[in-house]
Amino acid sequence: MSHKNLKVALIGNPNTGKTSVFNQLTGLKQQVGNYPGITVEKKIGFSKLTENLKATILDLPGTYSLNASSIDENVVIELLLNKNDANYPDVAVVVTEVENLKRNLLLFTQIKDLEIPTILAINMSDRMDYKGISLDIPYLEEQLKTKIALISSRKNIGIDNLKHLIADYKTLSTEPCLNASSIDVDYFDKLRHAFPKELLYKLWLVITQDVNFGELERKEIAEKSFAKSNSELKKMQQKETIKRYQFINDVLKVGYTIDSSKAKGVRATLDRILMHKVFGYVIFFAILMLIFQSVFSWSSIPMDFIDESFAKLASLSKEHLPPGLLTDLVSEGIIPGIGGVVIFIPQIAFLFLFISVLEESGYMSRVVFLMDKIMRRFGLSGKSVVPLISGTACAIPAIMASRNIENWKERLITILITPFTTCSARLPVYAILIALIIPDKRILGILNLQGLTLMALYLLGFFMAIFSAYILNKILKIKSKSYFVIEMPNYRLPLFKNVAINVIEKTKSFVVGAGKIILAISIILWFLGSHGMSHEYANAETIVKERIQKQGLTRFNQNYIDNTLSEHYTALQDSVAKNIYKINSQDIADSIAAKKIELFEKVENQEISSFKLEKSFIGVLGKGIEPVIRPLGYDWKIGIAVITSFAAREVFIGTLASIYSVDSEEEATIKSRMEAEVNPVTGDKIFNFATGISLLLFYAFAMQCISTLAITKKETNSWKWPVIQLVFMSTFAYTVSLIVYQILK
Amino acid sequence: MKTLAQLKIGQKALILDVNIDTIPLKLLEMGCLPGNFVELLQIAPLGDPLYIDVNDSHVAIRKETALAITVEVVNEAL
Repeated sequence: MSHKNLKVALIGNPNTGKTSVFNQLTGLKQQVGNYPGITVEKKIGFSKLTENLKATILDLPGTYSLNASSIDENVVIELLLNKNDANYPDVAVVVTEVENLKRNLLLFTQIKDLEIPTILAINMSDRMDYKGISLDIPYLEEQLKTKIALISSRKNIGIDNLKHLIADYKTLSTEPCLNASSIDVDYFDKLRHAFPKELLYKLWLVITQDVNFGELERKEIAEKSFAKSNSELKKMQQKETIKRYQFINDVLKVGYTIDSSKAKGVRATLDRILMHKVFGYVIFFAILMLIFQSVFSWSSIPMDFIDESFAKLASLSKEHLPPGLLTDLVSEGIIPGIGGVVIFIPQIAFLFLFISVLEESGYMSRVVFLMDKIMRRFGLSGKSVVPLISGTACAIPAIMASRNIENWKERLITILITPFTTCSARLPVYAILIALIIPDKRILGILNLQGLTLMALYLLGFFMAIFSAYILNKILKIKSKSYFVIEMPNYRLPLFKNVAINVIEKTKSFVVGAGKIILAISIILWFLGSHGMSHEYANAETIVKERIQKQGLTRFNQNYIDNTLSEHYTALQDSVAKNIYKINSQDIADSIAAKKIELFEKVENQEISSFKLEKSFIGVLGKGIEPVIRPLGYDWKIGIAVITSFAAREVFIGTLASIYSVDSEEEATIKSRMEAEVNPVTGDKIFNFATGISLLLFYAFAMQCISTLAITKKETNSWKWPVIQLVFMSTFAYTVSLIVYQILK
Repeated sequence: MKTLAQLKIGQKALILDVNIDTIPLKLLEMGCLPGNFVELLQIAPLGDPLYIDVNDSHVAIRKETALAITVEVVNEAL
């Protein structure tokens, strides 16, 4: 770039359409990241103002004033007070909304006091006629000492004019529009004399705010005894706010008129329905069901497609690349690993589609209003409902959905407890274990016992989530201001562009942020499962073939072949009897012989891979942890499955199938094989009632999903919380399973 | 003396005083200041939070906050 870009900061209250303005100015030329060390989103975009002037546009978090009460707002102040910051703006655009101009101007007057060239953008100007609002722009510009851009980001009105004003920023006045220091003349005079070089309002912000800037200044201020008690400061801030409102009211009395006979809007009516004590909840739960439905079942269509495509791609690459370690790495490690990341995209996209529609329309604030009292008891927010419910499909998008919770402590608790809810990856594990240990009986005539068990597991997960929230709320000592002031914005039709950008952004941040961790661990797990050090691993094929020659196949597999062959024989006989085939007894014998060879080869391969898995690193690991899991009722084979299911819980079944050397595609076979598994010493069944229940509880509580850990790491911006989550959930799962197994056995 | 928490739904009132130590600054900045008007729009099921219109800002606040705002009723509920 030949010359520097102009730096523009977008500042404004929440719900003024600031993000729409940002999207209009920049299109898709955006970069989303985090501010260093914190989880506040940093959005930067690029805009071409004129033929040869480009601007870097920073979309600052929404804030009501420069008196920060959240990390988001701290970001705004720290930037505006630090002239050396790389993002310090050449020009500030304060985005306001025409219907809430009075309140929005409070922030504007504060920005003006910082003597930054400032433009006032009045958004949603297309609604002025409808609302009967008229503005005296020249008067307002004169009083507020600024240039005003009337815009409508929804209808793309006035954006070009705004660009011109930004380009002409040098003509803007930097004079404050009122003298706020008159609230305590003596105090501010002294302050001015003590620090003649500094801006008075900046000093005042340094005194009143709990944010990071120049340690030195702060110390100096304290030394020169300008510090005041919190209560005194707050009183002065109140005076300051009143002073600002007096000024704003005086200006608006002349420059802003509203014809109150015009439409009042649909807000009151909609509020009455959506926040009704009965209908409000009915509507909310209907919406939740819709979200759940879409994340759980609609997204399964693209997910199945992704699953199949990656499986095909893996086998294609295996066939067409020259055999060797590199090919194995690609076809068994990297491709399935990437598939394991991509598979989450449909769920994430669906969930965020709904969430951004709910946010954009203004409905989410109403949900908080309805749910706040109930959720507050458990240290959660009204907004935690959405992550908790979506967690029933998958914890990954659910944890990402917690971003909408402003209070950090409430958000953290929500992130930590969401994995307890029964996600869809637990279902196959539950299904097969329940089928094994719970009799398929009905009680009271209608209730199926197996179905009841499944329901109990769902309730258990939800109860555990709420219970841990309650405990965490007591334990976590996080300073986060517990104020609760939630604006109820006007209802608006969501803008397609905003929703689309949001969905793309969230998906991208998952793929980039959590994706690499998931991919890395999948490759490690693949490596451990497909490599071994021992002599036995290297010669698995010979060893197993020799063993089969000497001792025959395992009893289960031999029975499987015998049964399949006799079924095949009966079927052939039948068709001959019914004259479907015209074949003689020689043909039948040939067919049986061919079938026998086919089955034998299949089973032989299964036994080889079973042996290999046993002797691989993961197998060694599984045997290594046997003493630890023995008290839970698991043998080393289950141990291996528990380890591999860190990739995803449903892998449990595939691993067991592989280690029992049965076909992993045939669920009935896996089930009967699990049923047949006995303890080699005692001859008792391995999957008895006690072990089954112990496993069910283990899978209900244990943190067995690297993808969830990866997203927790991403969302909390530290390894501390995923590690705590892993240790807490897994210890709890271990303890519960231990106790239950020891009681039941 | 009435507080905001004692208003009935639909009642309008004038803010007389706010307890500076317990009220979030954010609420003051939204215009919840002595001399401004406030209307109680709705109360959530279970009696908390309250939905108010203050100084043309539509906000939900918790009952504990509403108790710290002293008001004088100016307009009975319709």
